[in-house]
Amino acid sequence: MAEIEREKEKRDKFMTTIKDTGLIQDEPLIFEQGGEGRKGYSLPRWDVEEVEVNHFISSHVLRKELEGFPQLSEVDVVRHFTRLSQWNYGVDSGLYPLGSCTMKYNPKVNEEIARMSGFSNIHPYAPEDLSQGILRLMYELQSFLAEITGMDDVTLQPAAGAQGELAGMMMVRACLQARGEKRKKVLVPDTAHGTNCSTSTIASYQMVEIKSNEKGIISLEKVAELMDEEVAAIMVTNPNTLGLFEEHLSKIAEIVHRQGGFVYCDGANLNALMGIVKLGDLGVDVVHINLHKTFSTPHGGGGPGAGPVAIKKELAPYLPIPVVEKRGEIYRLNDDRPQSIGKMKAFYGNFGVLIRAYAYILSMGAEGLKRVSGMAVLNANYLMKRLKDHYYLPYDRPCMHECVFTDRFQERYHVSTLDIAKRLIDYGFHPPTIYFPLVVKGALMMEPTETESKESIDRFIETMIEIAKEAEENPDLLRQAPQRVKVRRLDEVLAARKPKLKWTAPSPFPSP
Amino acid sequence: MKFPEGLFYTESHEWVKDEGSQVTIGLTDYAQSQLKDIVYVDIPEVGSEFKKGDSIGVVESVKTVADIYSPITGKVTDENFTLKDHPQFVNEDPYGKGWLVKMEIQDREELKGLLSSKAYQGSLPEEL
Amino acid sequence: MRDFIRYLPHTEEDIRKMLDAIGVKKLEDLFQIIPNEYRLSNPLNLPEPFSETDLLRHFQGLQVPIMSSFLGAGAHYHFIPAVVSSLVSRSEFYTAYTPYQPEISQGTLQAIFEYQTLMCQLTGMEVSNASLYDGASSLAEAVLMANRITRRKKVLLSLGIHPEYRRVIQTYIDPDQQEIVLIPYQKDEGRTDEKILFDLLKEDVSAVVIQNPNFFGVIEDLHPIAERIHNCGGLMIVGFSEAIAYGILQPPGAMGADIVAGEGQSLGIPVSYGGPYLGIFTTRERFVRNMPGRLVGETIDLDGKRGFVLTLATREQHIRRERATSNICTNEGLCALMATVFLSCLGKEGLKELTMMNLSKTEYAKKVISRIRGCKLNFTAPTFNEFVLRIEGKPEEVLEKLKKEKILGGFSLAKFYPELDHHLLVTVTEMNKKEEIDRWANTLERALNG
Repeated sequence: MAEIEREKEKRDKFMTTIKDTGLIQDEPLIFEQGGEGRKGYSLPRWDVEEVEVNHFISSHVLRKELEGFPQLSEVDVVRHFTRLSQWNYGVDSGLYPLGSCTMKYNPKVNEEIARMSGFSNIHPYAPEDLSQGILRLMYELQSFLAEITGMDDVTLQPAAGAQGELAGMMMVRACLQARGEKRKKVLVPDTAHGTNCSTSTIASYQMVEIKSNEKGIISLEKVAELMDEEVAAIMVTNPNTLGLFEEHLSKIAEIVHRQGGFVYCDGANLNALMGIVKLGDLGVDVVHINLHKTFSTPHGGGGPGAGPVAIKKELAPYLPIPVVEKRGEIYRLNDDRPQSIGKMKAFYGNFGVLIRAYAYILSMGAEGLKRVSGMAVLNANYLMKRLKDHYYLPYDRPCMHECVFTDRFQERYHVSTLDIAKRLIDYGFHPPTIYFPLVVKGALMMEPTETESKESIDRFIETMIEIAKEAEENPDLLRQAPQRVKVRRLDEVLAARKPKLKWTAPSPFPSP
Repeated sequence: MKFPEGLFYTESHEWVKDEGSQVTIGLTDYAQSQLKDIVYVDIPEVGSEFKKGDSIGVVESVKTVADIYSPITGKVTDENFTLKDHPQFVNEDPYGKGWLVKMEIQDREELKGLLSSKAYQGSLPEEL
Repeated sequence: MRDFIRYLPHTEEDIRKMLDAIGVKKLEDLFQIIPNEYRLSNPLNLPEPFSETDLLRHFQGLQVPIMSSFLGAGAHYHFIPAVVSSLVSRSEFYTAYTPYQPEISQGTLQAIFEYQTLMCQLTGMEVSNASLYDGASSLAEAVLMANRITRRKKVLLSLGIHPEYRRVIQTYIDPDQQEIVLIPYQKDEGRTDEKILFDLLKEDVSAVVIQNPNFFGVIEDLHPIAERIHNCGGLMIVGFSEAIAYGILQPPGAMGADIVAGEGQSLGIPVSYGGPYLGIFTTRERFVRNMPGRLVGETIDLDGKRGFVLTLATREQHIRRERATSNICTNEGLCALMATVFLSCLGKEGLKELTMMNLSKTEYAKKVISRIRGCKLNFTAPTFNEFVLRIEGKPEEVLEKLKKEKILGGFSLAKFYPELDHHLLVTVTEMNKKEEIDRWANTLERALNG
């Protein structure tokens, strides 16, 4: 009886939360719906006898109950997650101008390929002689990435850019140790992404910050001043996070190399350079590549990605194992590499992601990739030129694939970068990156990518101009934004002061 | 913004109240206004020892983390336990309920190197 | 123009108008900043672009044949309901970015909140993050976290932990800062050798790391270990590579674990030649500020409506920079979503039934091969869905004969455990039909006995 009452209470509570929400429907948690006896699965047929558990496993290690687990029908599950998806905004929904994220279109044929069972159903320990197709794919992808970046060798193992950075810096450290050197410092520009700093710490280096000059790039003099035999490496991003090409990079590399250090490049912004210049030619020794950025693999709402690392041959002995090699016509996995740094993760890398990047490169070819970079840079410069009269441009110089504005013009109306970003949502756009890079106060970093048409960018430009006008004439529209959304601005202070990180069953006892 | 006379201040935005053999330490009104809503305070245990200039803990808002630096050399004798459930005291009453730690001071000469209320205010950005 | 143009909308007219607006004559002018001597004069050396049809044909040719499989060892063949791939293919999920703008990411955020809850329930712990890269790197992060908490140098790793996971831990650890001591397994039972472990449990130990079920499929007894390590002020870290085991086994949280870090691939994620997988990471509430990875929390909006946001971001690299708990930026968002949908479909009863089927099929396989000459069960302790066989014959030759019959009959342990050079790790799941198991056993018998 109590069970039925509890069910009714749950249903009533849910019904009262249904308002006239239109198509942005309310949807409770999976734990707040369903019920005893609902079933959403169909397992393979029982063709052996079900054993008596206690005969095989002693009861003190057996689980008593799966507390709180949901019980839903297939229809419940599909409705639930379909509704959830409709509250999201993806690249397929519209322009997604996040700086340094390269939110380009994800080709659908690549999805079809990744799902083929001769790839998705293959075990990593399947015999190598059977897995030649897969190993060949990985080997060829390695050579493509090496060619694009102008490097000698590649590891596909790291699961993300940050993991790639760590692998890269570990290889540098291993190489220096093999030389008998114990260098302690890494030079990192103030425009660097946070992962560059945290990676250096995890790789046991002390970070030394280089302030960028008035042109927004690293100055040669500063590097010469700071470079010594205690410095293991300089970590650069090119183009940097202001969207500017580090024009002194080759000379910076010379200074660093002369004193025995390495040049690490964060390859997040590779989308600006393909077929135009090779990072290896500029003196870079090790670079990580974000396949989920430059090479069109989906962002997945926060992963999975892949962060292969391309190196110059001096670092080859230290590559993570196993290494994918070709001997004659046979492809194999080789882990007989005594100087390897070890492994970043189990098995060989995020193969499901690698296969999409490989398909992308095959679809584009040299001509396509060069056009990608050309159009990416064109779009960003067009955007920059048309907005600079409406938003403050801290570095008024030609940009590469992204540009950075600030809210300085809007400050006088007491409107901030955050307000501008939130107002864009009301107009149907995902905001650009905000408050990064840190060297610029109130940054709005925009990267349109090459897959946006002129109309798409024009619409965005017109919207931004309209918002600038609103900031002056009716700033409350910005401060109250967003309005046309599932939830309005959320209380992040409450979320941090009283963290509630999971659902808990409501107490059976009535509240006082 | 308030900067009570009778307290010492540091360039890293701590205030120090001289209580004879021990001092009370907290964050200034300027510091809390810059950090905005404080969500968490990490202060050292009683008995921990620090040198002048050491980082003794951090104070967190939603989007920032800031170090708390020891203005003197000494040992922690008391910590403000109420901040665990009420980190907002640092915002609401930075010189009163929002105090962080009390420390036993080893060398009273060190107090001479700290700033007065006027000197501290003078060091802050002009917009104020 | 080539077909790749379908991804590049600009017409020549568009380009001309845009160049005019910018104020340059040609596209090359936008790249003037790049020094001439480095500008590439030749195209990249890459294959000619493929049309969509040729692309599909090319991949069809690369596909690897699928065989009857008894392979596990960290990657498990399990049933994936059609609902999982259908829902995860919704582009609002997979083409979305990290949910930094919560107002337009409530789908991703609520799904991760549900994921975090399910992981706590599955592992019996108090708080979960939004996922890490895989089981191995998750376990390595757990070791680093224990070091931050205890500030001690020594870590005890059971040899029952997946060898690749151990290698990853060794890669992440700085030998100047932490020391790893390996604990052997008990030769008869196959469990971690408690006696040796207990002798080493002193006040200099940061954590003991055990995998349950371990690499040999053997079920470990964690209670006594937890008690001892806690008495010396250290932490117990429990890893796993077969997540569904906790549908039937006591979760690590109930056995005294402080941090649980393992692999979630079994929860609706295809084996996919080793990745992408799912790093599950759960811990006690009092350690939450030391935990790496993203966290989603519940809150309310301006109208008092429930909503979800990324929270406690101050642990992460984009704020704490060089003092971050980890350098992790991405998680495995889509894989976490697959696990959430999978567990939503299976629910309480489904997970129980799935684990019973795995156990029953494995015990059936053990029964069938017990009648075969030339092979026997190597360890005496209870197992879940994996076990080790000792065979009379060279594993490579035996496996080769099975392969000719299109059966991947097991995993030779000699590669990772030189002392186990006549041993195969065999994995049986709900995906192995009874006839398949019979055929495997018969073929194995022929391979062993000529």
